[in-house]
Amino acid sequence: MTTAVAHSWFMTLRHLRALLRQPWWIAITLVQPVIWLLIFSQLFRRVVEIPGFASTSYITFLTPGIVVMTALFSNGWSGMGVIDDLNRGVMDRFLVTPVRRGAVISGRLVQSAIVTTVQALIIIGLGLAGGARFGGGLPGIVALLLAGALLGVAFGALSNALALLLRREESVIAASNFILLPLTFLSTAFMPQDLAPDWIGHVARYNPVNWAIVAGREALQADVGWMTVFSHLGYLAVFAVVCGWLATRAFRTYQRSV
Amino acid sequence: MTTASASSDRLAIAARDLVKTYRGDVRALDGLSFSVSPGAVFGLLGPNGAGKSTTVKILTTLSRPDAGGAEVAGIDVLRHPDRVRRAIGCVAQKSAVDAEATGRENLTLQGQLYGIGGRELRSRVGELLERFGLADAANRIARTYSGGMQRKLDIAMGLIHRPQVLFLDEPTTGLDPEARADMWAEISRLSGEGLTILLTTHYLEEADRLARWLAIVDRGRIVTEGTPEQLKSELRGDAIHVELAETNGHGQVRDALDRLVDVREVVLDGSSLRARVDSGAKAVPAVLAALESGGVKVASVTVARPSLDDVYLRHTGRSFSEADEGKESSR
Repeated sequence: MTTAVAHSWFMTLRHLRALLRQPWWIAITLVQPVIWLLIFSQLFRRVVEIPGFASTSYITFLTPGIVVMTALFSNGWSGMGVIDDLNRGVMDRFLVTPVRRGAVISGRLVQSAIVTTVQALIIIGLGLAGGARFGGGLPGIVALLLAGALLGVAFGALSNALALLLRREESVIAASNFILLPLTFLSTAFMPQDLAPDWIGHVARYNPVNWAIVAGREALQADVGWMTVFSHLGYLAVFAVVCGWLATRAFRTYQRSV
Repeated sequence: MTTASASSDRLAIAARDLVKTYRGDVRALDGLSFSVSPGAVFGLLGPNGAGKSTTVKILTTLSRPDAGGAEVAGIDVLRHPDRVRRAIGCVAQKSAVDAEATGRENLTLQGQLYGIGGRELRSRVGELLERFGLADAANRIARTYSGGMQRKLDIAMGLIHRPQVLFLDEPTTGLDPEARADMWAEISRLSGEGLTILLTTHYLEEADRLARWLAIVDRGRIVTEGTPEQLKSELRGDAIHVELAETNGHGQVRDALDRLVDVREVVLDGSSLRARVDSGAKAVPAVLAALESGGVKVASVTVARPSLDDVYLRHTGRSFSEADEGKESSR
């Protein structure tokens, strides 16, 4: 067990180091959520005036949505790194060492969780600076971070599984494009459920992206409904476990094909 | 087929009747067997697609055979892959360094995966960087390394845990001549240290030069094996090639050569005369004299020692370069 943890951590460090060496990646990762937060909060500023909108401040409403959207997008592409490792033969080199097989995948997922949490903290800070107010305080913020990390890990695992099965960059890009944007818009990231068409509401109920938004947004309210928060975090945890299991299966499929 | 070595439990590598079929009914291995005694440099020579890389993948636990079995360092690769992994070092056909990490980081991570850590790991990493001439580049990311440097880093990574058996899959493919010579010197040095090395190559020259025992692989089977010298001496003697000044008069040529006892396998094709003799140096004056007294004019004469190419041709019925071009990249 301790070996597995140590190996995961060595792999995590490998991925973090590689990211920190890419100034463009850092710039884009930091700037992109800022742009989303600014653009969407400007674009939809007057949405709060619609009768029936629960909040009076759109940025307060939007911030958890952007946190979750960022978690989704920065991990939905995680599989590209796997393809790079496959193409360069790095994956096979790891497989002839005594590395714990699980660590090859879990190292990436731990890295996902860390990066997602840092990004989320930055977005929350920007939201606060832009006038958002979170009545839920620190426990609420922790719940939002947890929701983002769980969603990030789940989609990171899913993306890794896709990469291990498809093994081609183009295919993974196409699949990710196909999945990520619709999932974002079929949620309450930008618009409360009451104001969206019914069918979107129905879809959103089964959309893991929306579970993360609901959990995070609820936890940030002054009067927190903890049942809602915990149940949605629970769904997310189950979803993350299922995705992790799928990634492990995909990894076995890859090993058999070598 | 066994090598000259002792009982089977002392072997560094033993592969028995390996069969592997890939999807689409590509039969990569078709009952391949061989064994390697400890401390030897064993060469698997064959064209692309002959099954060399598949053999290495099975012996290094990356892949499982459909049938047959193997032991490496006395450990069963199917039953105890994890123990085999600790005993072997592996350098794949393609450089597999992490391009975004420095040489030192690559080596350190590799060592950590084998459970080495702390001061021991730091000194081992420093030692290997020094030995492979990478000390100055240790803190640069591997993307900036030349092909030869990346290859050296690959080998250093394969050695970090002091393995008993080192697998080198086409170690010089894609290197320029200078880097290749460098790599040859490095491999010779390693073999001098008592490490068992299994080397695959499709360069005849490389096999001839590095391997002390050689097995020729073709279509997933070993077709022959022995020391490079043994394999070549099976061909009995040298090849002589005489370029005649005229294309006619084949009858005269045959009459002239019939009188010489040790000239065999005479082949006449246009102005070209090929034959096999026990000793080229001794035969040439006699052959020239015989041709001259027979009234045949000679333009030039060359003598060639038997090459592994001839060995390959004899055992597979195809010339090596033909076989190499006929198949696509190896698996």
